Amino acid sequence: MIEILYFEFFRNALIAGLLASVACGVMGTYVVVKKISFISGGIAHSAFGGIGLGYLLGFNPIIGAVIFSIASALGIGVISQQGHENEDTIIATMWATGMALGILFIALAPGYAPDLMSYLFGNILFVPTEDLLIMLLLDVLIIGVVWLFYNEFLALSFDEEFATIMNIPVKKLSLLLLCLIALTVVMLIKIVGVILVIALLSIPAAIAHQHTENLKKIMMVAILFGMLFTFAGMWLSYLADVPSGATIIILAAGAYGISIAFGKIRKKSVSMR
Amino acid sequence: MSKDRAKESSEEIIAMEDVWFAYRDNPVVEAINLRIYANDFLGIIGPNGGGKTTIFKLILGLLTPDKGRVTINGGDPCEHRTVIGYVPQYRTFDFGFPISVQEMVLMGRLGTIRKPFRKYSNEDHAIVQNCLETMEIVDLRNRQVDQLSGGQQQKVMLARALATEPEVLLLDEPTNHVDVQTGGHFFGLLKELHEKMAVVVISHDIGAISTTIDRIGCMNKRLYLHDSAEITEEMIAESYQCPIDLIAHGVPHRVLQEHHVLERK
Repeated sequence: MIEILYFEFFRNALIAGLLASVACGVMGTYVVVKKISFISGGIAHSAFGGIGLGYLLGFNPIIGAVIFSIASALGIGVISQQGHENEDTIIATMWATGMALGILFIALAPGYAPDLMSYLFGNILFVPTEDLLIMLLLDVLIIGVVWLFYNEFLALSFDEEFATIMNIPVKKLSLLLLCLIALTVVMLIKIVGVILVIALLSIPAAIAHQHTENLKKIMMVAILFGMLFTFAGMWLSYLADVPSGATIIILAAGAYGISIAFGKIRKKSVSMR
Repeated sequence: MSKDRAKESSEEIIAMEDVWFAYRDNPVVEAINLRIYANDFLGIIGPNGGGKTTIFKLILGLLTPDKGRVTINGGDPCEHRTVIGYVPQYRTFDFGFPISVQEMVLMGRLGTIRKPFRKYSNEDHAIVQNCLETMEIVDLRNRQVDQLSGGQQQKVMLARALATEPEVLLLDEPTNHVDVQTGGHFFGLLKELHEKMAVVVISHDIGAISTTIDRIGCMNKRLYLHDSAEITEEMIAESYQCPIDLIAHGVPHRVLQEHHVLERK
């Protein structure tokens, strides 16, 4: 255990897990209480288009992921706010179109895409130091904006109509919230990849929501669960020499299942009293 | 809530002038003329689908009239709606949401905070404390809203509306989710609140309404106002004559009869 800490990649993986868990816990809480996991899935998958574009034009695929995920967050948000189209259909379209674009761009790109799999399924052991800096900046940005708009975000997540009457700019702030989710999704792509993001974003907050009742506490507990799953998953995948992203998700899903069962037993024992 | 008394009791707060509204091509509200004054206590009755809730949404600027004009204190509803305390009928939110009573009532202050990045001041907390006391729910302040009974939840919604320090209180079927006894208590509370602000209440509970309100409106697409301190059975029959097609089904009479039975118990 000690000697692997000397490896830079392992140290970077630990820091990446830590940084991603912070954003994931905070924004995952909004995803869970607003019940918008499906929107987050759409944003994550459409980010793949940006990753493909990065390969095609030769820039950092993560930059492409940021552009595409923000664009799809705004697209889903604006179109569904207009209320003419079915939100469900828009999300599904963005979801698949992003993936399709990514596949086309990569097919058109010259040569071979060496770390393509790491974008699809994540590889926490493969996070370069410069990406850590991007993740740190994103964390600061996300926490700063959430701190500033905490009361507004709470009001519009809880009761959009009442927030409107209170003259809170509900539409604009909802779009801002979606953009923050998009940035979080990009961070998590490094850890578990485009396809598995949706689970890592929602499971820690969902478990926290089962056992705590205050939004800030849910965020804190979700951050801790996120760290637990990434670190434990990373370590297990190292020992067993299996993909880390998938291991993290399986661990998280297992914990969620146990948490649901535990919650049911607890409720039963309360009602029997 | 002292600022309300500064207003002349006869001063007009809300005005609807020949307001028409249709959902898609379905007319819901036609030719509404309604003025609400600072000392008003208006009850609105009428059949389901008669457009009662739509009137509130038009006043609040949540819907825009197809024709006609709505003003609050002479200005645009969207700018001036923060003088209204609104208690909606349908729960526009999920009671499983992780939020405490105190946090929910504090949201009533958001409309009065003018600075960007709305943070609650000590004054906001003091006002919320007052509202919790008025509604007798101080001991519930740290409870989660999903742990409350229907009547308690209704009190929290009213406390949230009061936290806006409203000039007018709009209540949409406030006794729908509570038992008869709590409902009676609720109307008593409204009577006390009326000392400080105008109250407009939509209700099916004609029995409870009649002892509290000053005037009544019957709403079925069109609004028929009656200036009367007391509702007699004849008056209800008369006012329900306006929706001619619906009185044939006897909806209001059935409600009344149920209440007579309850009163005898």
